[in-house]
Amino acid sequence: MYPAQFDYRRAGSVDEALSLLQENEDAKLMAGGHSLIPMMKLRLAQPPVVIDIGRLDELKGISEGNGSVRVGSLTTHADIAASDVLAAHCPVLAEAAGHIGDAQVRNRGTIGGNIAHADPGSDIPPVLVLLGASIHLQSPSGARSVAAAEFFQDLLMTDVGEDEILTHVDAPALGAGTGAAYLKFEHPASGYAVVGAAASVTIENGRCTAAGLVVGGVDATPTAVDVSSLTGSDLSDDAIAAAASGLDAEDPIGDIFASGDYRVHVGKVYGKRALAAARDRAS
Amino acid sequence: MAGVLGTSIKRREDPALITGRGKYTDDLNVPGMAHAAIVRSPYAHARIRGIDASAAEALPGVLAVLTARDVAAAGIPGVVPVGWLLPDLKTPAHPMIAADTVRHVGDAVAVVVAEDRYIARDAADRVAVDYEPLDAVADVVAALEDGAPAVHEDAPGNVAFDWEIGERESVDAAFASAAHTVQLDLRNNRLIPHAIEPRAVLASYDSNAGSMTIHMTSQNPHVHRLLMTLASLGMPEHKVRIVAPEVGGGFGSKIHHYADEAIVGLCSMKLDRPVKWTATRTETNLTDAHGRDHSTHCALALDADGRITGLRVDTTAAMGAYLSTFAPAVPTYLYGTLMSGQYDIPAIHCHVTGVFTHTTPVDAYRGAGRPEATYVVERLMHLAGETTGLGPVEVRRRNFVSPDAFPYQTQVALAYDSGNYGPAMDRALEMIGYDDLRSEQASRRGNGGGRQIGIGFSSYIEACGLAPSAVVGSLGAQAGQWESADVRVHPTASVTVYTGSSSHGQGHETTFSQIVADRLGIDPEAVEVIHGDTDLVQFGMGTYGSRSAAVGGSAIARSVDKIIEKGKKIAAHLLEASAEDLEYEDGSFRVAGSPDRSLGLGDVALQAYLAHNYPDDLEPGLSATSFYDPSNFTYPFGTHVCVVEVDTETGSIELLRYAAVDDVGNVINPMIVDGQLHGGLAQGIGQALWENAVYDESGQLVSGSLMDYAVPKIHNLISFELDRTTTPCPHNPLGVKGVGEAGAIASPAAVVNAVVDALAPFGIDHIDMPLTPEKVWRAVNS
Ligand SMILES: Cc1cc2nc3c(=O)[nH]c(=O)nc-3n(C[C@H](O)[C@H](O)[C@H](O)COP(=O)(O)OP(=O)(O)OC[C@H]3O[C@@H](n4cnc5c(N)ncnc54)[C@H](O)[C@@H]3O)c2cc1C
Repeated sequence: MYPAQFDYRRAGSVDEALSLLQENEDAKLMAGGHSLIPMMKLRLAQPPVVIDIGRLDELKGISEGNGSVRVGSLTTHADIAASDVLAAHCPVLAEAAGHIGDAQVRNRGTIGGNIAHADPGSDIPPVLVLLGASIHLQSPSGARSVAAAEFFQDLLMTDVGEDEILTHVDAPALGAGTGAAYLKFEHPASGYAVVGAAASVTIENGRCTAAGLVVGGVDATPTAVDVSSLTGSDLSDDAIAAAASGLDAEDPIGDIFASGDYRVHVGKVYGKRALAAARDRAS
Repeated sequence: MAGVLGTSIKRREDPALITGRGKYTDDLNVPGMAHAAIVRSPYAHARIRGIDASAAEALPGVLAVLTARDVAAAGIPGVVPVGWLLPDLKTPAHPMIAADTVRHVGDAVAVVVAEDRYIARDAADRVAVDYEPLDAVADVVAALEDGAPAVHEDAPGNVAFDWEIGERESVDAAFASAAHTVQLDLRNNRLIPHAIEPRAVLASYDSNAGSMTIHMTSQNPHVHRLLMTLASLGMPEHKVRIVAPEVGGGFGSKIHHYADEAIVGLCSMKLDRPVKWTATRTETNLTDAHGRDHSTHCALALDADGRITGLRVDTTAAMGAYLSTFAPAVPTYLYGTLMSGQYDIPAIHCHVTGVFTHTTPVDAYRGAGRPEATYVVERLMHLAGETTGLGPVEVRRRNFVSPDAFPYQTQVALAYDSGNYGPAMDRALEMIGYDDLRSEQASRRGNGGGRQIGIGFSSYIEACGLAPSAVVGSLGAQAGQWESADVRVHPTASVTVYTGSSSHGQGHETTFSQIVADRLGIDPEAVEVIHGDTDLVQFGMGTYGSRSAAVGGSAIARSVDKIIEKGKKIAAHLLEASAEDLEYEDGSFRVAGSPDRSLGLGDVALQAYLAHNYPDDLEPGLSATSFYDPSNFTYPFGTHVCVVEVDTETGSIELLRYAAVDDVGNVINPMIVDGQLHGGLAQGIGQALWENAVYDESGQLVSGSLMDYAVPKIHNLISFELDRTTTPCPHNPLGVKGVGEAGAIASPAAVVNAVVDALAPFGIDHIDMPLTPEKVWRAVNS
């Protein structure tokens, strides 16, 4: 558990971090370090230079406006879980963050690091895909944003370019009549999600007008389930179960704890339960 | 001091430990210290064609790279020995550093010593080993198949030993005439110990004196010194001092003598510098001796009344790639001898085949053989309750050894000295509210919901404090099983105890001081306890097998009694009375019948050292040494009840209740006893539900990190409900029995029985541990 040799640089601003990234080939940004350092200790990552962005206050914080919430990339899981703003406008994101690791992990780990690392068992990605969040990136040539559904490309692979920093995440606030829930089936060893189901249901005038379900853990990236059959339905348990059973993964991931088939099965069960919880919260 | 025994005084060890001031081996730094990193085989089985260390040696800061060649050149014995010899045991050589063949992933092939641990690690990665990979076998059953890759040329068929106990014929007869029989094929899953502190060693050779001081993570420093000098380094025993500073848990893994510690010793000798090595978590998982790993077929025969008439057990037990220190004893004398459980079983036969596999060696791990035996017996008892229709409680009660049958001679060598099994069962039923639970279970079954509850029992027997030495020796042990204690009363009447039973987290300093304080009638704060240093302590056997209170504590009690006897002679002289007329109570010597004629311990102690006014025929000083060799094991027992809820849709298991009634004899410190139970239960429940060392077909350990190997965490567990009955041990001076392993021994069967009970409506009668949700789900859906 001893990392290979590396140089440590601390960035004082986003601009400085961007130029350090340009100057140092194969350098890695470090936010909370809770994914990067374990990889380095196992020597699975051997960056010659680590650029610490952990103290960039400009990338921290949670705000709300124009029907959307903004979360700075360096905001910790603990701050997200305890946020009043999110409790009022997007509680499902706080709920998912509260399921991450233990208190130490939540105090250090950041939302930016979590999604830039893109572990298939992470709790945040399925929620961001469910919400239709946009992820904002900055490089020396400017800023851009990408939809969460496109951001996650493969196992540990995202749309973050080598010269880019993830600055913040924008997610639509959940309106009145919308309930959402995140349900986690925890891996007993790692504590990550074997399966994490994020669901939302909108009820207007007693009718379901929108529903969504995204399941993490069954595939390399979050899997969206087509639950449009719920729109206009009475949201009965049977209707929900039928909708959730649409979860499919061509080549689901598996490990010694849970095979791919089993993950798909649990994804359906947890999808159903998350939808039911969302329904109950919506009404 | 009256009331000291049986009181939950706080552990004096804890303030330093919980504020981070405890000094563990890795905390020690000495001038001139270098660091070792060990190069390990990435293959389960391979021939070493050559080793090129030039790139490593070229790295600035590298001091040496040693291989098997250097071990040979050093002219030392250079092996890792086995310390328990069964008849016809195959004992293939286990070289400190693999010479031409590696036999498990993690086998040491070279060592790098460098100025710091980072350079050492970098250099280790640069040692180029040319391997020719060979076929490997990791599975204990597959290793016995025809044509399985051979682990050792001198162990044909991969068989290390073939062992049996009991009478096959009488068991066959019992089965032939049985009214009911139940049988089971089960696996006892392989476990990795996971002490929080990884193994570590700091070896400091002194070429001027020709001596070496080794600080290391040891449960038994004297045993380590013996094996290290005799078999590995070839140094004279008296020239080596082994010190175990704070040791952060062991669970058995720090009993054994490993290659790594010997390799670091050799490095220090070669370089004439102190050398330190601390295992990484990855290394501990690959090299700490694992536990369990059995495949067993077992069956129980019962008569029409549900009384057991015979038990048959056939086990294949993994030894791993080499025989670890006490490995051959674990699935034999610590397993087959426990097969009578709490029951009067007239015929038992247990056959065990020890098998080499291309895996990390297996040895004693908390419970060592007894959890495996309890699992066999208590799983069968559950099935017997179902098959006979008597249910789990009545079938057990009917077969308990009756309280007036003690001492009870089992059919598998052990003679239980004492026991009273019914009351522990009664109390457990009362605590758990058994009848109400059964009605709730029935109503849930009736509703057919997705959350079913189950109730599981485990009525276990334990055999702690392996003894006596002569018997253990006749069974193959290459070590005695007594314990020593040197108790010294100082002139001011404070006391220092030197015990051979060294602590690695159990709280010996607290409990041993309670024993002395109680017997001498003084404040426990006036007692210091010294352990874990071969230069300070006379020979000792260490801490394992729940032996410290029963054997180590009894040795201390003996020494205190000798001191009191001597003190009486001194006091009699000073009081001009006859020693026979003196009594010792509450810290003073009194002439019987004349309460005003008395002297405090302090007066007597001072005079013992002044020797100014002193009996002619007595030597000065007030200290005593004892080597206590018990006449028998001790036999703790109890009944545990587990209640679970199973989510039949996903197979997830939730623990709802866990009640344990244990009889560990007299209790010295109830808080420490409860703590031992909590830890043991966590490990046993961990085995039942989560823990599993998994090898793939090529012999790679795929559960080698904590990302895949699930140790129980606090939020996985529940509050345990504990109570006790007290049946003192009749043959030791304290009446204590031992509690270190009880939780780990009893709980796997209780948990599995509960889950199987919940799933009875699905026709499920067994699922192998660990009961992962997927396994449960597949069982429900098959
Ligand atoms: C014991 C433990 C348990 C855990 N359990 C869970 C769990 O249950 N659920 C879960 O979801 N996660 C879990 N995690 C992971 C945790 O959420 C991490 O904090 C997170 O994945 C990474 O965040 P970080 O801030 O620590 O990132 P770092 O480790 O600092 O960085 C991770 C990666 O992201 C890149 N990066 C970081 N910030 C940026 C940025 N602003 N722009 C561009 N790239 C960036 C880094 O270069 C690096 O490649 C666990 C971690 C640990 C150690």
